Amino acid sequence: MTQLQKCDQPQVADCRQDFPALHQDVNAHALVYLDSAASAQQPTSVIEAVADYQREDHANVHRGVHTLSHRATDAYEGARDKIQSFINASSRSEIVLTSGTTESINLVAQSFCRPRLDPGDKILITHLEHHSNIVPWQIVCEQTGAELVVAPINTRGELDIDAFYSLLTDDVRLLAIAQVSNALGTVNPLRDIIPRAKSLGIPVLVDGAQGVPHMPIDVQSLGCDFYAFSGHKMFGPTGTGVLFGKESLLDAMPPYQGGGDMILEVSFDGTVYNDLPYKFEAGTPNISGVVGLGAAIDYLSSVGMSRIAQHEGQLLAYLMQKLGEVEGIRLIGTAAEKSGVQSFLVDDIHSHDLGTILDHQGVAIRTGHHCAMPVMDFFGVSGTARASLALYNNAEDVDRLVEAVEKARQIFA
Amino acid sequence: MNAVDLHSGDDLRELYRELILDHARNPRHFGKIDHPTHTAEGINPLCGDKLRLSVRVDRHGNIADASFEGSGCAISVASASLLTDMIIGVPVAQALTCFDIVTQRLTAPDVDHERDIGIDLSKIKALDGVREFPSRVKCATLAWHALRSAMHGQTAPVSTE
Ligand SMILES: Cc1ncc(COP(=O)(O)O)c(C=O)c1O
Repeated sequence: MTQLQKCDQPQVADCRQDFPALHQDVNAHALVYLDSAASAQQPTSVIEAVADYQREDHANVHRGVHTLSHRATDAYEGARDKIQSFINASSRSEIVLTSGTTESINLVAQSFCRPRLDPGDKILITHLEHHSNIVPWQIVCEQTGAELVVAPINTRGELDIDAFYSLLTDDVRLLAIAQVSNALGTVNPLRDIIPRAKSLGIPVLVDGAQGVPHMPIDVQSLGCDFYAFSGHKMFGPTGTGVLFGKESLLDAMPPYQGGGDMILEVSFDGTVYNDLPYKFEAGTPNISGVVGLGAAIDYLSSVGMSRIAQHEGQLLAYLMQKLGEVEGIRLIGTAAEKSGVQSFLVDDIHSHDLGTILDHQGVAIRTGHHCAMPVMDFFGVSGTARASLALYNNAEDVDRLVEAVEKARQIFA
Repeated sequence: MNAVDLHSGDDLRELYRELILDHARNPRHFGKIDHPTHTAEGINPLCGDKLRLSVRVDRHGNIADASFEGSGCAISVASASLLTDMIIGVPVAQALTCFDIVTQRLTAPDVDHERDIGIDLSKIKALDGVREFPSRVKCATLAWHALRSAMHGQTAPVSTE
């Protein structure tokens, strides 16, 4: 425990106070929330920012001369500026607001890839991907006759790097890769991979859904062409997300959807599209959600991403150690480089049964295939139990988890 | 342990009764049967349960044999095991009445389920603990939905989602 107390630095440990949902009883036990990889809880500042906006500033954006419309536009565009500086994009034109990672990836598949793919071209992904970084590529491959190539992983849940490089050939038209696996927690070695892809002229999309909430992100130093993430996994509202894209690429891409806001001029002879990033934002956006996302970024910045990464890293080590001591446990996902996720199974207890027994003791985890069925197939399981960490978790949460798992073992003994 | 813990432990023990755990660990009629006349797949995408139920109906309309394959949580496997145990030797019409009784028993506990249809329903009472866990009712009824769809000759997998 002494080692762990170090990680509970004042600010990070205190964060827990800021999240009202964490302070409730579930099934007559104090809630232990270990499902932030699916969706994170929101701090009061986010909840209040959304409520204040709804109460006082709401109007449509970019469309009115009246005061409320100005306020709404300022709040919405202000959030875009925050996102730009949070991930260090070089221009606000590179920040496209979407409904989430899923939409961001589909946008790239349809707008960037589809027009440039010919039969025989390849899109390279990895065996670790979330379904939302698989299916959009399957669709565009079906539309164009291109081929989806999948780089293999090893039994620790790491990318097989030699095999990966042998598949990274100059007929690959896009590499789409997760920064962090949501099912296993594996952190992919993007600092090595991206320069290698770029040297072959291959554009790179990073699925950052599980990266942004847990570590500092700098898209310029990372060197990727596209970076996709979701607001609800970074303590913001659902229905918000971001696609970062390099300006030169976004500029050359056709619009994804047509409608209001994405145009400068419409006539029946033709339409002039709006400038970046509005060209990709058709229709009235999720204004209140984006305002909340801006507040979430303020919150994360005030805590500090490096501190968060350090806190979660130490807590993950404690989680892996404690779970590893449970008799009959099988830890799934034991990569050398990991972020705060641990999948596991215990004895022959089905993950769904584990989930019910843990929930009954107030411990919320995710069970099932985690939208990563190929990963489950690789490990020969239909699903796993998964505990995922966020800045507000602490050692006591881990202890409660382990206690609850022991209880499940007793019931199934 | 305080009173709350004891209480919550009881609910879990009700859900995972000995009979349920026994059928989950040693499922009866697990595997294939010869010459099935009706089969159906049941899928519960939430937890990845996937069962294939096979039934052979003889020319008198009786269920001569039944089995299931696949994998799932303790509740869905135990329920499938209990189902096959119960329906072998029973006329198809009665087995389908059984479906109604089981699904009502788990979802509308106030109805009188004790009516006599000539099948021993005592074992199915082992599933009663599921009522306290609404998210698990789908697991408990999966095999029963598969039975009904098999008997109605549906070929697409049934889903309890
Ligand atoms: C790695 C990864 N990619 C993509 C997604 C999809 O995110 P969303 O459902 O918010 O679009 C998720 C979330 O489940 C994820 O964990």
